[in-house]
Amino acid sequence: MKLSWIKIAWRNLASKPLSTALSIALLAFGVGMVSLMMLAEHQLRDAFDRNIKDIDMVLGAKGSPLQLILANVYHVDAPTGNIRLADAEKVMRHPYVAEAIPLAYGDNFQRYRIVGTEPSYVEHYGAELAEGRLWETPFEVVVGARVAREAGLKLGDTFFSSHGLLDETDVHTDKTFTVVGVLEESRSVLDQLLLCNVQTVWGVHEHKGEEVEQEVTAVLLKKRNPLAVLTLPNLISDTNMQIALPAIEVNRLTQNFGLGLGTLRTIALLIMALSFASIFISVYDSLLARRYELALMRTMGATARGLYGSLLLEGGLLSLGGVVLGAVVSRVGIALLATLVEDKFRYDLNALAILPSEWLLAASAIAVGLLAAAIPGLRALRLDISRTLSDA
Amino acid sequence: MRSPVPKINNLRLMVMPRIYDLRTFGGMIATENLTFQYAPETPMLRFPDVVCAAGERLLLLGDSGCGKTTLLHLMSGLLRPATGTVTVAGTALDGLTGRELDRFRGAEVGIVFQRAHFVQSLTVLQNLALPGFLSGKGTEGGEERARAMLERLGIGEKADKRPRDLSIGEQQRAGIARALIHSPSVLLADEPTSALDDRSTERVIALLESEADRVGAALVVVTHDTRLKDRYANRVTLNPVSEWA
Repeated sequence: MKLSWIKIAWRNLASKPLSTALSIALLAFGVGMVSLMMLAEHQLRDAFDRNIKDIDMVLGAKGSPLQLILANVYHVDAPTGNIRLADAEKVMRHPYVAEAIPLAYGDNFQRYRIVGTEPSYVEHYGAELAEGRLWETPFEVVVGARVAREAGLKLGDTFFSSHGLLDETDVHTDKTFTVVGVLEESRSVLDQLLLCNVQTVWGVHEHKGEEVEQEVTAVLLKKRNPLAVLTLPNLISDTNMQIALPAIEVNRLTQNFGLGLGTLRTIALLIMALSFASIFISVYDSLLARRYELALMRTMGATARGLYGSLLLEGGLLSLGGVVLGAVVSRVGIALLATLVEDKFRYDLNALAILPSEWLLAASAIAVGLLAAAIPGLRALRLDISRTLSDA
Repeated sequence: MRSPVPKINNLRLMVMPRIYDLRTFGGMIATENLTFQYAPETPMLRFPDVVCAAGERLLLLGDSGCGKTTLLHLMSGLLRPATGTVTVAGTALDGLTGRELDRFRGAEVGIVFQRAHFVQSLTVLQNLALPGFLSGKGTEGGEERARAMLERLGIGEKADKRPRDLSIGEQQRAGIARALIHSPSVLLADEPTSALDDRSTERVIALLESEADRVGAALVVVTHDTRLKDRYANRVTLNPVSEWA
């Protein structure tokens, strides 16, 4: 029968379950939405940044520079077209370029892209082989961790590729690929690719001995000299090629994307304001209904400050409940979003990470609850016990 | 915390023209020259001095509107008098700060209201734990003592019920239990019988007396109930406010 203020506050909340549930639900929803957005934004940015990793420029066919970046750095968009290797080499061999990684693709296996490239592509992302070895001869492939898992490819497996990047109907049944290596999970774009040499990609489309023009889709460039950003585009101004800067394009993307997030954030803040009102009304209401009880507790030795504290505690408990439930809501939300994003873009979102900004969010939500209780609670401080008891 | 027995009390002890045994003084409640005004324009209320020792009983009689409840609130420190002093268990209430007064009242004064009120979200038993918890005094024996008390008052099986699930009579008895559970020095009863029939009145007043005796508290009954007017020799009748001028 031990009593405590927490127990009394808890009993009071539990005695009006509907109003308590409404307050908690509103706050949870507001907190959940804001933290969901923080998580989504953070994790997308994180995924973007991880894949840019020291890629200063991307050389590819003319078209939308954003598309060029999305297609070749993240492998989520269709490529802008192909460029002739001979043309590209002018840039690749330029003294301002520290590293150049060619990418050639156009086929898929179960919708995972088969990319012809150099071993330096693997080194660039610091990926390790889980088993097997890197490719050496045409039609040897190394598969990313995700591809191996989802498509069920193992060392020594053979398969045919399909033409295009999304379609699985047009199968090149004359050329057999062999898995010679599987990569460890690197949490980069490599996880979702099948890698081979560039000759393989040309070989797939080489029909009955006729020579295919040596083309690549894009070249990832790392600069040696900052002037490269200014000089190289001039070098190719009269070709069908362009150079795009991933940092700038991604910034532009997240800014546009940020606009949508901003709207959602406003809605979430409105919901939090509503939950403030709800807690305010809930405490105010219970204060009116319990005026006599509060006076009674004063006659039994409760100080005005003690009662004020107990009302704050009720607001605090409500908001704490909201914050905890909100965290659960946002985790469920991000998990749902993750499956959606993974399905569409093949990107992992890690649902369980807690951001520093979320602690701030939790603290401010609890502050909202305390404030919502503190204002009506002032009436408890000023309660005229004698009159309240006489009026009853 | 200042000393619970301010020096001035010793002085008052000497000038107090009462015949009560000094051994029981600790449980006493006494008022002296009390006046009170609700607002500047309203008449100044003057109250006769009253005194009630530990284990003794006092009747405060008077019709509605003669300031009975005001006097009761002054005696329990819920209202501060304009002039005069209330002494409870050897402590002058005017010497206490608001906080101290709250604590002191919680620990030393039990109040039985005309209609019992409870913290509705707590069980009867938890309501009985409130005085000990809120006054910081604690309740000796805790749950056992509370259950025994409810048992004695014939509502033992209601201990874990919500107050609203009790009948009015049961609530009244639970109210008495709550007023006395923490062994206060003074038990103030505000119209405890006015809503009750003759038989219940007798039962309730007998309960008040026996339970007050059990903890050695001074029992002050404030009432306009004529059935009680001859019950105690120690009685003070208040005059209607309109006749005070």
